[in-house]
Amino acid sequence: MTKNKKNSKKNKKEKGEKRGGNREILVVTYMLSALFLGLIGYFVYFMAVQSKDVINNSYNQRQTILAKRVVRGKILGRKGEVLAETVSDGKGGETRSYPYGRLFTHVVGHSSQGKTGVELSENFNLLTSNDNPVTNFQKKLDGKKTIGDNAITTLDVDLQRVAYDALGNHKGAIVIMEPSTGKILAMVSKPDYDPSPASLDIQWNSLVADANEESCLVNRATQGLYPPGSTFKIMTTLAYMRQTEDTSKFSYQCQGTEKQDGIVVNCYRNHVHGNLNLQSAFAKSCNSCFAYLGTKLNTNEYRKVCESFYFNTKLPTKMVHNKSSFVLNKDSNKEEIMHTAMGQGKTQITPLHAAMIVSTIANKGVMMQPYVVEKLESNSGTVVRETKETAARTIMTEEETKELTTYMTEVIRSGTATSLSSLSYPVAGKTGSAEYDATKNSHAWFLGFAPADKPKVAVAVIVEGAGTGSEYAVPIAKKVFQSFLGN
Amino acid sequence: METIITELSRYLIVILMALYTFWGFAAFSAKKKKKKARLYRKQRINMHIFLLLGHLILYLNTNDVIILGLYGCELVFFMISNFLYRKIYGKMNQPIVNHMQMLFSISFVMLARLNVDSAKKQFAYMAAGMVVCMILPWLLRHYHKLQEEGWFYAVLGLILLLVVLFFGKAKYGAKNWLYIGPLSIQPSEFVKVIFVFAFASILSQTKFTLKNVAKVSAMAAAFVLVLVLEKDLGAALIFFLCYLFMLYVATGKKRILAAGLGAGAAASFVGYHLFSHVRTRVLAWQNPWSDIDNKGYQIAQSLFAIGTGGWFGMGLMQGMPDRVPIRESDFIFAAISEELGAFFGICMILIYVSCFIWFASIAVKAANPFFKLSALGFTVIMMSQTFLTLGGVTKFIPSTGVTLPLVSYGGSSVLSVIVMMCSLQGIHLISDKEDEEIDEEQEELEEE
Repeated sequence: MTKNKKNSKKNKKEKGEKRGGNREILVVTYMLSALFLGLIGYFVYFMAVQSKDVINNSYNQRQTILAKRVVRGKILGRKGEVLAETVSDGKGGETRSYPYGRLFTHVVGHSSQGKTGVELSENFNLLTSNDNPVTNFQKKLDGKKTIGDNAITTLDVDLQRVAYDALGNHKGAIVIMEPSTGKILAMVSKPDYDPSPASLDIQWNSLVADANEESCLVNRATQGLYPPGSTFKIMTTLAYMRQTEDTSKFSYQCQGTEKQDGIVVNCYRNHVHGNLNLQSAFAKSCNSCFAYLGTKLNTNEYRKVCESFYFNTKLPTKMVHNKSSFVLNKDSNKEEIMHTAMGQGKTQITPLHAAMIVSTIANKGVMMQPYVVEKLESNSGTVVRETKETAARTIMTEEETKELTTYMTEVIRSGTATSLSSLSYPVAGKTGSAEYDATKNSHAWFLGFAPADKPKVAVAVIVEGAGTGSEYAVPIAKKVFQSFLGN
Repeated sequence: METIITELSRYLIVILMALYTFWGFAAFSAKKKKKKARLYRKQRINMHIFLLLGHLILYLNTNDVIILGLYGCELVFFMISNFLYRKIYGKMNQPIVNHMQMLFSISFVMLARLNVDSAKKQFAYMAAGMVVCMILPWLLRHYHKLQEEGWFYAVLGLILLLVVLFFGKAKYGAKNWLYIGPLSIQPSEFVKVIFVFAFASILSQTKFTLKNVAKVSAMAAAFVLVLVLEKDLGAALIFFLCYLFMLYVATGKKRILAAGLGAGAAASFVGYHLFSHVRTRVLAWQNPWSDIDNKGYQIAQSLFAIGTGGWFGMGLMQGMPDRVPIRESDFIFAAISEELGAFFGICMILIYVSCFIWFASIAVKAANPFFKLSALGFTVIMMSQTFLTLGGVTKFIPSTGVTLPLVSYGGSSVLSVIVMMCSLQGIHLISDKEDEEIDEEQEELEEE
């Protein structure tokens, strides 16, 4: 009996051997099944990680469905102030309300006539409800709307108001950042408009037609491209520091103009600065000296330095913005080089980018990704998503930032921004007066951070067509510093 | 009323589907026949609840009586075909039958939601296919020409493809449609079946000398080449993989597999540089957002649908699948995932995988090399086709424009998949019968 059983087993085994190719079939099946496992893994990753950013796209028309089911969430200031909320009129109608009026127009954005600002960047998240599931389920069964998640921003209402008032009736932009984190504390762009839907509906056509060429709808802070003026001497100085062994040996005799191959560059009002080293040339913003410095630079290396700071490419941020540009290359002629080195020429920069550059100096060479939305919270208070502070790039060494900071404090001590020296803490900065047309009208710039030894805040101020940076941009920066850090 | 049912069923459908899928895999490890049978029965119950719920929601939201009529027809047809197949052939592979009907159910519900006319036609194709294919298991056992005349069928298949190349019409970029009177058919779908049988026959009879392998491979390469010329890249890739894996199993040589995959990679590289439509697809895959109005439109809309639907879906009739191009056919998975949820979608992928494992087990069990290779060929075709569709819709790989077996709308596609699955059932029945015969012989031996 047992023998028979063994026999039958043996028979079966032989049968199996006859059937060749089974191992190969398994190999094929495993290989193809592995593809499916990869697919499922990717699909889960897409749903869990990528989908939120992907669906938040103006081409995704599903927001109209979500808006019928969810009450759009609020946009809040860093201390919980309501910057935007949806108010029900009790008769089934809803309207978006902006309690601070025009104060946050560009950065928070509007939500009728298309969407902008945080209203755009968090559109689907505001229309998604992560409220208590039981509450939500009940509401859905009752046919009621659920309550969307709130976006808590990094915006400081007091600082925003100070900056907004300080810019007054001028056109221009102010960006205030925390250098160590990339948080945008305030962002102003003028001229602006009333973002409330009722008013926007009436004004929309004239805003779009823009008969007076004011471009009210443009957020100048992130999209306005300006010539950097003398603030660009920061980049030129850094490029020179990288190409020279010992910057302390540098000296230049300023005679109010610099002539090379028949190309003439003048200092502001042909002022003669006399004998200069790199620090005093920077502090006094001597055009002749920097035009001369430019001719000493390897333009390729110069370009590399600028591109490492995100010139000619998108900035590391989710905010809608324009690319800054730096056009020099190895074929550029002397005139272009001399003008670019002192901050004129074809270089263009956004105020946000300028703020990021000074923040990098303040943050020991590490550029942080700027952001406005700190976190998303459900109606019941649970955190849905939190923005992590992320370093975009380490661009400078600590020594380089120290040297630049020394030069930038000299600007306040003895250079073009001495009115900031009355503050009880040291400030580092650079002024600029960027000429934008043949009649020598100029935009006023100031970039800086304070306290210079322990930076807490960085600012970029641009006042369009006002005049010099010292006269128009520095006083605005002073008000910002005073509000944030005291006198 | 309909909001309550729609809302409750959003979760219920996901749970039903998850249990169905779980039982499908539990059946792999279940040892006792009784336990397996119980699992299969539970699966069928879940499938029927899904089918009922799906149609009920659609009816409550549209008040279209045709939907109830369709449901009745589907129900009756499932019962009749189950009864007939069991009466005539006895032991079908039950998990494959279950999965087939589950996928049909998903297809019916989704198509009825997207376009009732398509659902009606799809039902007609399915019913016709199931009736016609009832002959297949019998045919496989008794029609031996199929096993012997490989070259004849290979030439026939190639001619069919060439006819399409010269007389076919292009749709969505690929020239793979043939219009005969009011009929529009996609011959490459049927050539798949002919291709598998032809090469299973050739490979099971060939002595593997270098010369012979080169000759057979040249013939297979001709198919792939014609498909590439038709710009039907998805099909070209499927045929290529099918032949390569069949050759590998027939010869058992790893070198062939490695060389084949290497040649495939080289060919894709050349194809990428040679054909602009290949580059377009790859670019649209790499960054659909940069050209969202045009080349990236399909994939972007698909991802919007899937992403906005979330894990549990928007609910049947609650989403906007109408925004997705080719939603009834190549991109149906996006519509399913949008309204029924990503969990449902993942379960669906797992159902396909478990279905394919059963296919492979049929290939493993088949004793006759012709049947073994045929079963493997069908398995590879359906696996690669499913992978290409799902991967394309979810942006895992560039989109190749192939249909999702059994679920996508389309007569040619549904019929050819039914033919392949019924052939697999036929092969399963044949090896089962042989097993019984051997067992009987052994029992006789033992009795002696």
